[in-house]
Amino acid sequence: MSLVEWIASFLLVMGGVFVLIGAVGMVKLPDVYTRLHAPTKATTLGIGCILIASMCLHAVRGEGFAIQELVISLFLFITAPVSAYMIAKAALHRRVPMRDGTVNMALAEQARERQSPTAVPGSATQQPSE
Amino acid sequence: MLDQVLLGVAVLVGLALVLNAWRLIIGPTVTDRILALDTMYINCIALIILLGIYFDTSLFFEAALLIAMLGFVGTAALSKYLLRGDIIE
Repeated sequence: MSLVEWIASFLLVMGGVFVLIGAVGMVKLPDVYTRLHAPTKATTLGIGCILIASMCLHAVRGEGFAIQELVISLFLFITAPVSAYMIAKAALHRRVPMRDGTVNMALAEQARERQSPTAVPGSATQQPSE
Repeated sequence: MLDQVLLGVAVLVGLALVLNAWRLIIGPTVTDRILALDTMYINCIALIILLGIYFDTSLFFEAALLIAMLGFVGTAALSKYLLRGDIIE
């Protein structure tokens, strides 16, 4: 086994583990706003690792440097935050309940009313008083 | 040895797919289901890439790119429908 295959195997295993961590986060986390973190970070990193491994293997097997993997990873890295933003916005406007203990719930209310965080004086900087 | 690694990683990704399908089924709100579907698209891209490494061909990358685009458009359309009640206003 050559050095490139060792590196590719390591990247493949790391990618699989990160994809699995994202899926476990999808099941275990308490509400939709926290659940958004798992696929947008862990799964994107995992598939980035798998695509880099594929790029290494295809380059060393003599098919030349394939640009498709780079295009796929670039596309996924651009679209993952955008789709996560749209899902969060939809959840916010459908008033999906947050878990207990979420801080700055007033800011969510302001975002729902499409106001800037500083629109109501003092509400952005004021800490919630007991 | 690379074949065993590929098999193991495919098992991991398949397990992730099963967990996401579980969230797709039980998801308490519709946004959870959209999120699970989006993640399942990404896991399917990972499986297709693994298949492309296994068969040592670059034919599968176009399919993976197509699925990535369809996944993003589907998520954007569903979120927009939930947000506004209409997709193209």
